[in-house]
Amino acid sequence: MITIQNYVQAKSLEEAYCLNQKRNARVLGGMLWLKMARNAVGTAIDLCGLGLDTIEETPELFSIGAMVTLRQLELHPGLAAYTRGAAARAVRDIVGVQFRNMATVGGSVWGRFGFSDVLTFLMSADASVELHRGGIVPLEDFASMKYDDDILVRILIRKRPGAFAYQAMRNQRTDFPVLTCALSQVDGEYRAVLGARPARAMIVRDEKGLLADGITEESADAFAAYAAERTPTGSNSRAGAAYRTHLVRVLTRRGLMELGGTKIEK
Amino acid sequence: MEHKEYRSVNKSVRKKDSMQLLLGKPVYLDDIVPKDALTVKILRSPHANAIVESIDVSAARKVPGVVDVYTWQDVPTNRFTIAGQTWPEPSPYDRLILDRHVRFVGDAVAIIAAETEKAALTAQRLIRVTYQVLEPVLDFRTAKDNPVLVHPEADWFPPCPVGGDNRRNLVASDVSSDGDVDAVLADCDVVLERTYHTKAFNQAMMETFRTYTELDPYGRLHVISSTQIVFHCRRILSHALGIPKSRIRVEKPRIGGGFGAKQTAVCEVYPAFVTLRTGRPAKLIYSREESQIAGSPRHEMEIRIRLGADRDGRIRCVDLYTLSNTGAYGEHGPTTVGLSGHKSIPLYTGNLEAYRFGYDVVYTNLQASGAYRGYGATQGIYALETVVNELAEQLGMDPTVIRDKNMVREGMNMPAYYNEPANACALDRCMEHCRKMFGWEEKYPVRDMGNGKVRAAGVAMAMQGSCISRVDVGSATLKLCEDGSYNLIIGAADMGTGCDTILAQMAAECMDCDVDDVAVFGADTDASPYDSGSYASSTTYVTGKAVERACAGLKEKIRSIAARMLGCQPEETVFEGKRVRCIDGDRSVGLEEIAYRSQSFNNEAAQVTVSHSSPVSPPPFMVGMVEIELDKETGLVTVLDYMAVVDCGIPINPALARIQTEGGIVQGIGHTLTEDVLHDEKGRPVSSSFLQYKLPTRLDIGRLRVEFEHSHEPTGPFGAKSIGEIVINTPAPALTHAIYRATGVWHRELPITPEKIIRSTVNP
Amino acid sequence: MDITLTLNGRTVVDRIDPDLLLIDFLRVHGCYSVKRGCETSNCGLCTVLMDGRPILSCSMLTARAAGHDIRTLEGLQEEAAGFAGFIADQGADQCGFCNPGFVMNTIALLREIPDPTDDEIRSYLAGNLCRCSGYEGQLRGIRSFLESRRKEGPHGA
Repeated sequence: MITIQNYVQAKSLEEAYCLNQKRNARVLGGMLWLKMARNAVGTAIDLCGLGLDTIEETPELFSIGAMVTLRQLELHPGLAAYTRGAAARAVRDIVGVQFRNMATVGGSVWGRFGFSDVLTFLMSADASVELHRGGIVPLEDFASMKYDDDILVRILIRKRPGAFAYQAMRNQRTDFPVLTCALSQVDGEYRAVLGARPARAMIVRDEKGLLADGITEESADAFAAYAAERTPTGSNSRAGAAYRTHLVRVLTRRGLMELGGTKIEK
Repeated sequence: MEHKEYRSVNKSVRKKDSMQLLLGKPVYLDDIVPKDALTVKILRSPHANAIVESIDVSAARKVPGVVDVYTWQDVPTNRFTIAGQTWPEPSPYDRLILDRHVRFVGDAVAIIAAETEKAALTAQRLIRVTYQVLEPVLDFRTAKDNPVLVHPEADWFPPCPVGGDNRRNLVASDVSSDGDVDAVLADCDVVLERTYHTKAFNQAMMETFRTYTELDPYGRLHVISSTQIVFHCRRILSHALGIPKSRIRVEKPRIGGGFGAKQTAVCEVYPAFVTLRTGRPAKLIYSREESQIAGSPRHEMEIRIRLGADRDGRIRCVDLYTLSNTGAYGEHGPTTVGLSGHKSIPLYTGNLEAYRFGYDVVYTNLQASGAYRGYGATQGIYALETVVNELAEQLGMDPTVIRDKNMVREGMNMPAYYNEPANACALDRCMEHCRKMFGWEEKYPVRDMGNGKVRAAGVAMAMQGSCISRVDVGSATLKLCEDGSYNLIIGAADMGTGCDTILAQMAAECMDCDVDDVAVFGADTDASPYDSGSYASSTTYVTGKAVERACAGLKEKIRSIAARMLGCQPEETVFEGKRVRCIDGDRSVGLEEIAYRSQSFNNEAAQVTVSHSSPVSPPPFMVGMVEIELDKETGLVTVLDYMAVVDCGIPINPALARIQTEGGIVQGIGHTLTEDVLHDEKGRPVSSSFLQYKLPTRLDIGRLRVEFEHSHEPTGPFGAKSIGEIVINTPAPALTHAIYRATGVWHRELPITPEKIIRSTVNP
Repeated sequence: MDITLTLNGRTVVDRIDPDLLLIDFLRVHGCYSVKRGCETSNCGLCTVLMDGRPILSCSMLTARAAGHDIRTLEGLQEEAAGFAGFIADQGADQCGFCNPGFVMNTIALLREIPDPTDDEIRSYLAGNLCRCSGYEGQLRGIRSFLESRRKEGPHGA
């Protein structure tokens, strides 16, 4: 179990940032994964006093504070409307209500976990992260950055004409996913985001214009095959690489059909 | 079937403890023991097979708050078993409290006793061990006669002759048969030969293993443990610690689930040893990880069957061989394996001309297995029911019809079941009932739902026993309280099943009083009458009968005391529940008067103790049918509808019998679909937490429906048989069948994951 | 460090280690209904309400709970008793070890969705594992509670 020497509720982002420069300091998210770590934390930095626990919606964007819980994400009516329910679908199978009341969006995104439904969905929404020092960084870039001592402040989703779909495969309903797959069309650009490969989520774009004439059974098939080709997969205790690659194809195609307006039964 | 109208029996009364449990009262071990008890922790081996070359505990001992640290050099050297079984135990004496030779990843290396958990954990990190790492035996198929021996020690000792030999990694071996198997098979139109594999599934009861120990005012070792077996536990501790049984008292509080896991004294010896060495109270609470990796899960088995039948579907011969993996220690190894044949083959007594059942039970360097609900029958029934489904599909017969044709029926003698008769058997009615309620005719055909999804159904039958015949002893003490109510004192262990309540229902029925008038106490070796414990589906059947007989005895005593008050002979009195009446005339005395009378100038105890055993073990029977939706593109199986019809004789408490059935079915669904037991190439467990070992949630199970077909078992209390174990046996074969129907592929290894389904169909 | 929080309506002041988990704090303060069933935030046995929301006390730092309102089953006996009897009538309490967490989350469910459908019940309670009952009896119990409340009307139960 983790041990903690000092606990500090930061009074400002700057204070949090300064405290976090020590090697054994840690910023707390929901504590759900962190408490299982076996290391010794010097200073645990809590951002819970900085008002980062709300989702603000303007006509242009959603600004999601780092301390917003997955449950807030799940229940937010504006996000539900904008993402056609994909935001809620992305998180609703994560363990249970109690867990989602604690797990934070900031913690999920900062962790850049391979298994993350949240990261997969947010990448499909073309989100950005706002870092205290690093400023605003596209999530796609952030996902491949190394862990550093910056502070993740909020996640930004700029509203644009678009459509979203979310698919995931789980061996058991509330388990880690075997594969996550978010599809989106934002400002005309199609992207398939594949996560739990089991590595971190990555984006496949329609570079060959396979969907240029819209989504049909045939074009969806073609793009799904392309995504399967482009997406490296691996094996862990939940499934092997070949099966994951198979799933990339199946879920991408289903996601595209959903995106294209075909009702997919849940 | 007609049966008597009862007042308390066959009624869905609430469990006596239910509101206490639902409102979160402090009734479990960790809620009730003193807070100043020493915390006990175990240092565990990181290697599957190793010798402790040196162990340095000096730094650990210096941690503030650490009281002591013990190693193999500190413990007694006599071997024992921790299996909770009647003496002489069939399980080999192959354990020490701490052994220099560690035999699986998680085996105990040192015991730490500290004032706080933090101190104990710090000490755990500071113990320096040098291991001589040995090659482990990890594949049970290569264990027998492997040059690497799991138990090379000279003092390995089997108390019973069960065919074991530690120089061959063999715990037990046997063959039994009836009829000429080879001749019948040669004469059959069809012979299917198949091999099935099931894994070491974990009971995963919500309360992990835990024990508290202290010295009582007499200096005796007082043990409070979350156990199903207080009396066996006392004997095990006496053997392990080398102290007389008269110096040990074991009791159990409320138990947070057991399912057989707590039929093994998994953790009791460690705090007991600490208390004896320090004189101080001590408690050991297993983490979930410890419960997963150093508990007592199901025996992994590989079952090879040759099934002989005629083209018309007559099943004439079963030749079954089981290879069972007991892991690093032999608890329940020699006995679980027996059920894989003896409690599966008799299902097909109908036309069976010959059977053979052979087995080997082997040691490996994996977690030791133990007792888990179903106890080998689950594995055997999965294999046999699947091969029968394979036969039906191959012959193009309806799988329920092939069973109608071959199943055991009431009145038959069962050669594969120790020649016991099926005195009460409603299996045929269970099948008919289930077929109708489930809608087999509509659900059996495979239906394409579009979008890559198909619906299909599967079926399986099951049996179990009710007690270990000629072994298990159930006892009950019933005593009259001065307000005319009763105290029922038992040694059986209610682990959430509700046995305290159903035994009180039986007493209330016999004594013609309310269930609330029977207060139940159990279990405590100092106070309870001897009971082998709550396992082997014995409590309703054996202890229940003891209750029934104790009631008869107490009525006689009450009549005798009343007769003196009434001035007549005991034979001239009638017990009427609240009163005893003299048959000639209107004179009567109330129970309260009689009870007070028994407390003054009286030489006859208003109390009776009865022990009961049975020469037979009447099987309950069951049929399960499942409808699934299978996504042919992802391999995902969704359980839609599970229908079960059970013959447990008369259900003493239909609500509790129903919950037992639903709970057993969900565990079975878990073992078939979501729970996997994985190790890496060095024998390190992967499924060591609930993150990795996935129990079904309420979203994973579909709709469950349970109904009962009554039969009347003449040797059981009120016609009852058992219910607790049989209910876990149908999901694996029924789901395997449904998945075959949906995909055309038989999966012969559990669990059947989506990936395996896809690998077998579309070859991604 | 020194903290103050509200536990079942009473103010509690204590000196704690920064890494003390709320579950352990609560048990030290006599709330034995709060149970630990795993170390991986998977079982739901330790569910308590923090400012009215169900959370896992095994994963909450006590330090973080400072200043908040914590409710355990000890402090919600009456609200729980309203429906617990219906679970008992099904025999679905079984071993009981998961009951407090399940009851706490059911309280949260019924506050948030007063008349839930079966699917809403199942998904709200998905994070509460039970190894004994097979879940169906718990569902029947909640359903028959809702049914009886409906019959009694707004002034009943």
